[in-house]
Amino acid sequence: MNTMNVMDRTLETKTTKIAARDVNVYYGDTHAIKDVNVKIEANTVTAFIGPSGCGKSTFLRCLNRMNDTIDICRVTGDILLDGEDIYDKRVDPVQLRAKVGMVFQKPNPFPKSIFDNVSYGPRIHGLARNKAELEEIVEKSLRRAAIWEEVKDRLDAPGTGLSGGQQQRLCIARAIATEPEVLLMDEPCSALDPIATAQVEELIDELRASYSVVIVTHSMQQAARVSQKTAFFHLGNLVEFGPTGQIFTNPEDPRTESYITGRIG
Amino acid sequence: MTDLSQSPTPVPAGQNSLLTLSDRTKKRNAAEKRFKIYGISAIAVGLLMLVVLVTTIVSRGTGAFQQSFITLKVELLEAKLDKKGNRNLEDIKKVTTFGYAPIVKAAMQQAVQDLGIETDLKSKQMAALLSKNAVAQLRAYVLENPEHIGTTVEFRFLAQSRVDGYLKGRVSRDSIENDKNISPQQLDLADELLAAGVLEKTFNLDFILGSDASDQRPEAAGMGVSMLGSLFMMLVVLALALPIGVAASIYLEEFAAKNWMTDIIEVNIANLAAVPSIVYGILGLAVFINYMHLPMSAPLVGGLVLTLMTLPTIIISTRASLKAVPPSIRDAALGVGASKMQAVFHHVLPLAAPGILTGTIIGLAQALGETAPLLLIGMVGFIASNAPESIADGLLAPNSAMPAQIYEWAKRADPAFYERAWGGIIILLVFLVTMNTVAVILRRRFERRW
Ligand SMILES: Nc1ncnc2c1ncn2[C@@H]1O[C@H](COP(=O)(O)OP(=O)(O)O)[C@@H](O)[C@H]1O
Ligand SMILES: [Mg+2]
Repeated sequence: MNTMNVMDRTLETKTTKIAARDVNVYYGDTHAIKDVNVKIEANTVTAFIGPSGCGKSTFLRCLNRMNDTIDICRVTGDILLDGEDIYDKRVDPVQLRAKVGMVFQKPNPFPKSIFDNVSYGPRIHGLARNKAELEEIVEKSLRRAAIWEEVKDRLDAPGTGLSGGQQQRLCIARAIATEPEVLLMDEPCSALDPIATAQVEELIDELRASYSVVIVTHSMQQAARVSQKTAFFHLGNLVEFGPTGQIFTNPEDPRTESYITGRIG
Repeated sequence: MTDLSQSPTPVPAGQNSLLTLSDRTKKRNAAEKRFKIYGISAIAVGLLMLVVLVTTIVSRGTGAFQQSFITLKVELLEAKLDKKGNRNLEDIKKVTTFGYAPIVKAAMQQAVQDLGIETDLKSKQMAALLSKNAVAQLRAYVLENPEHIGTTVEFRFLAQSRVDGYLKGRVSRDSIENDKNISPQQLDLADELLAAGVLEKTFNLDFILGSDASDQRPEAAGMGVSMLGSLFMMLVVLALALPIGVAASIYLEEFAAKNWMTDIIEVNIANLAAVPSIVYGILGLAVFINYMHLPMSAPLVGGLVLTLMTLPTIIISTRASLKAVPPSIRDAALGVGASKMQAVFHHVLPLAAPGILTGTIIGLAQALGETAPLLLIGMVGFIASNAPESIADGLLAPNSAMPAQIYEWAKRADPAFYERAWGGIIILLVFLVTMNTVAVILRRRFERRW
């Protein structure tokens, strides 16, 4: 991996997909996210990096309101998706999550068949009018998740019987089957071996063409490899946000620099 | 090379060899050995108790599944049963069981004569070897087949309980010294009949399927009707406790916010599970019978009371199995945009189902064996002599239940009933063991497949 070349990447300006303004998150008395402002662009891979416990996952889960499931969690501030406040009272988180998909740290396929795993989202959102359309969606999603060739002969086999890397790609297929606009990934490769990691990273780069991808990672090399924008979190603060090349080669904040050079984290 | 390995360098002074046990290790090993012995002896004691229990129950109870029968040819005399001779059912019905007694006596006497048995017993005393049930059995047959009047039909009558006890070794010539129900001469006759094959001891399906009988006829008493009582109660419990319990658990576990209210509910459910069952009985008496005026002794009321008793068990086990479903499954469903309800019903509930079923079966098994609350709503001591005719009848007509029936038999003076109580316990245990086995199999079969 050559991190020195990241500066050369072309950086076009793009439309803002998600804008967060003065976001604070509390778990009971714990102040987990402090005044975060960030703009996530369309068709861009944005990486969240930072030492563990700094609030990367917490902030990521704010973007599709997965934090709603935690009783003690409280979110203040605005998060706009295409200019609409997702924390508005009128927004049903279920509709939001159909637009903002999520892939979790630990692969978590349903204990059902591979086909059912992928078809579940389209089915509950009524994206297919008949079985043939559903099958088409499943195949397309599995192809885009680069796992079609491996599973096409055993779509009836349980998803839980696949290897870790295959399971994670199945989860990605499941997430993109509902045609989301944003894909959130929380350390999607932390449970994977290097080969599976490389496959998933390649996939993320391809997904960029159609989605905004936000990926949390503890690996700086991974952030450098897959992302165009990087946000560095530290103790709940967004310390620095900018083009990945700049963050890795010429960080403005001393905390970023010491994290990148391995002094904190 | 070989030399080296055969003569290892001696362990340097001051360092312990691995080949000798240090004092500390010896002590630890001894403690471990002692603990293993405690454990094994505890299990041995438990097993011994179980063996004693099972052998006692089996040895005392199996007798109830066998019964002595006397086979007789009975001449259905027209002169006695249908004087007018026109086979009018109304006229035939007018002949009471008293009218049948001479026919039975005659048949018995005839049989004794035919076999050439010498006895100075009168025909009444001979017929006393038969159960008091015999005349009723005969009458029921005639009423059903009036066209057989005037012919000779072979009947298998129950022998009376003393004769049955004599064949089973419960009754001996010494034990009947002061017994007005039977005399040594009658036992002599029984011996002769046994030798001739007229009297025989065979498997008695009526004990399992039949109904309870009055104090005078222990040989005719069976478990069947009280089994139906238990069945109807279990249907009520299943129909009420399962949906209510599962709905309550799902709400508490998946939807309710965790606050002091749910904490209080949680504590109270745990408390309810520990409430003595007789408390539910008196509650049932006060609410269902005195206030709602549901009938006494009805399986419906019993079922309602047992529902209250079983609910906490079902709720606790259902919540435990919902908790055991990993949160990542819920996240996965919510993550693709499923609503909370969809996540629960499409993914969590199917995974928790085996655990819920197991808990339900165990709760039902508990309810099936429960006696105390039935005392208070009048299901104990009731002699259920007729099987219910319809489902509504089964729910509302007075009935007993298996454990109540057992208690009732054990209470009666005649040792023949005592034997039936043990037999009833065998039937009850067969049900309980079957249910618990099914529960264990379900749990094994579907245990954690994610
Ligand atoms: N469910 C929760 N309840 C309470 N505190 C939490 C919860 N999840 C995370 N936190 C706290 O919020 C902070 C940020 O956590 P997290 O977002 O998981 O960090 P990261 O993903 O960067 O490692 C941590 O201090 C953590 O203890
Ligand atoms: Mg995290």
